[in-house]
Amino acid sequence: MGMVTSITNYGRSGLSDWMAQRVSGVVLLCYVVFLTFFMLTNPALTFNEWEALFQQNWMRTFSLLALLSMIVHAWVGLWSVTTDYITTRQLGAIGTPLRLFLQGVAALLAFYYLVWGIQILWGI
Amino acid sequence: MLNVSLYRYNPETDEAPWMQDTQIDTAGKDLMVLDVLERLKATDPSLTFRRSCREGVCGSDGVNMNGKNGLACITPLSETVKNNKLVVRPLPGLPVVKDLVVDMSMFYAQYEKIQPYLINNTPAPGIERLQTPEEREKLDGLYECILCACCSTSCPSFWWNPDRFIGPAGLLQAYRFLADSRDTATEERLSRLDDPFSVFRCHGIQNCVSVCPKGLNPTRAIGHIRNMLLQRAT
Repeated sequence: MGMVTSITNYGRSGLSDWMAQRVSGVVLLCYVVFLTFFMLTNPALTFNEWEALFQQNWMRTFSLLALLSMIVHAWVGLWSVTTDYITTRQLGAIGTPLRLFLQGVAALLAFYYLVWGIQILWGI
Repeated sequence: MLNVSLYRYNPETDEAPWMQDTQIDTAGKDLMVLDVLERLKATDPSLTFRRSCREGVCGSDGVNMNGKNGLACITPLSETVKNNKLVVRPLPGLPVVKDLVVDMSMFYAQYEKIQPYLINNTPAPGIERLQTPEEREKLDGLYECILCACCSTSCPSFWWNPDRFIGPAGLLQAYRFLADSRDTATEERLSRLDDPFSVFRCHGIQNCVSVCPKGLNPTRAIGHIRNMLLQRAT
């Protein structure tokens, strides 16, 4: 048995995936905490106030960062799930093509959400 | 009378594994699970399991008792029996050879991968390679592993990727040599572990810690390895 290799994980090395998962997790936590705090301190939130928040450049940047973090976080997580359960060991010959297909769907969805998210954030 | 349910499988005669329900008179004694197995084997010699030292040192009789892995020889009935029933199955995740005997090849292959021996290419001194008491202390909680495989076969990550994830037992030993002041192959050892599977399939659920019959903590050792990788790469 030689070195374990992989070409579909996020950052080539296990350590970089681990780091990306932690960093993106912290960003998402900050974003959720901020939005929760904002809504709690503005109980009678109007559309105009909500729109004003998202028209500020720092909020758009923060939101884009959170979106990118979600994509990275989801990729590292889903990659782990698919390489656990959708494998030749578990499913036989269909394992590898099915895993690559599902990973492709996940990647395409992530890219679509990214484009859509940018359109929303800068379309306000 | 204690109700006992045993996993039976003889690949030469059985199409599929089956559970054998039987009863045994323990005469009110708090027997070890291995005693129960021995008594049952006395009446049915075809019952197959591994055992050797019968005192928790050799690591031969790792089995799954009422859903939890452990050594049959040092697990008293009082610790595992619920509702007067004992269910004994082979260690999960490894191919069954017969009844409670599993094929440990994949487990040993992972152990072999971490190079479980001291590597030091500097000329050997006239006496032993000395360690300070502090350096020696770092090996406590690591060297005691008896390779019974209770931990690795309780780990879902090892069940799904036994060929790529080293597993808690192998990683505990990997750290045992990374932590050894006499070993000089730290860099080489770490570079062999920095892929997405070998170490990082551990998600820290600590099944390994809860079943280790020697009270060791593979999850903590894995954390130390991760920190060493992190220190080396940042």
